[in-house]
Amino acid sequence: MHEMSIAAAVVDQVATAAAAAGVHTVDSVRLQVGELAGVVPDSLRFCFELACAGTVLEGAELVTEPVPGRARCEPCAADWAVGMPPDLCCPTCGTAAAELLAGRELQILSVHWQDEAPGREPIREPIHEER
Amino acid sequence: MCRVVDLQQAVLAKNDLCAHDLRADLAARGTVVVNLLSSPGSGKTALLEQELLLACRRGVPVAALTADLATENDALRLARSGAPVKQVLTDGLCHLEAGMLAGHLEGWLPEGTRLLFVENVGNLVCPASYDLGESLRVALASVTEGEDKPLKYPTAFGLANLVLVTKTDIAEAVGFDEELFRRHVQQVNPGVPVLLTSARTGEGAGALLDAALAVASGSPVHAPVMARQHPHQHEHGGRPDGHDHGDGHDHGDGHDHGHAHSHATAAAVPTHHS
Repeated sequence: MHEMSIAAAVVDQVATAAAAAGVHTVDSVRLQVGELAGVVPDSLRFCFELACAGTVLEGAELVTEPVPGRARCEPCAADWAVGMPPDLCCPTCGTAAAELLAGRELQILSVHWQDEAPGREPIREPIHEER
Repeated sequence: MCRVVDLQQAVLAKNDLCAHDLRADLAARGTVVVNLLSSPGSGKTALLEQELLLACRRGVPVAALTADLATENDALRLARSGAPVKQVLTDGLCHLEAGMLAGHLEGWLPEGTRLLFVENVGNLVCPASYDLGESLRVALASVTEGEDKPLKYPTAFGLANLVLVTKTDIAEAVGFDEELFRRHVQQVNPGVPVLLTSARTGEGAGALLDAALAVASGSPVHAPVMARQHPHQHEHGGRPDGHDHGDGHDHGDGHDHGHAHSHATAAAVPTHHS
């Protein structure tokens, strides 16, 4: 359950960027999650909601983009979807992959935020109970 | 006004930067970190106890840090070897992070330590994502765990520089299919060395110690395919991928691992307004 640590890191990084830009409200965060990153998007969304509480990200949506694993074979000069569990040996010649092209991403892509400081929120008077 | 900002930051950039710095700091002190990952009950502690004892007998300065959610049992066992041992209680956290490790080493790690073994929290999921500044990552699996363990936990086994099988003394009794296990390891981590050990019979005794000493003396380690995609595009050398170690072993060279690359510093670039 390291999704909480991951969520906290996302919130921390976005909050830092927001503070630097003088932003007070973040609406959504787009995150790339590689199939081999070892992170469960559903669990991450749940943790993200908790981690956002009390920050400029409060109520922000986490949009995750899955990235399938792909590897490249040098002799065949071809690449393939490694699947899950991954097979990192070339399906054609059996050689070990020269490299993993995609699949381990855990990357904040973009953030949707409100540029200006919100105007003063209308102050809601507490409703007094009738006597 | 709503705005979409292209942030492009690796989520684990902070940990990776910290791990990178820790690796460089420790290298300057002549210390190499070995990170041990396995599920609970795979026999990490028994194996490590044996390796520490061997190291002490051979006069190799070693130390061990062991992380658990609770109890100091493992530290008490490891300390019997005579090596300096520190127990870290994670208080429920399922993994160690580089910053946590750095904090625990401060003021504790004895000068002149050649090898520091870190026994990570028993868990094959979470610790796999965190580089601790190690130069050798070892994934262990006992013969009782099933031959498909590497397929079920591809990140843990796929990023290992070395795989150790433990408890081979009961392999026959539990019907362990070594060939199948090896095939599964090769599927997620082609070329990774697999060594057989039994802390009870002494099979493979010293194998871990020898592997660690080889790394410490500059021998190249196996570079896993999975580590050959740098997940975090802004930095280098975050993973034990064989690129940023195996060098700098004649310590005292000032370690100019100047990492002028930008980690979490990518500027927020506005892309479009809406």
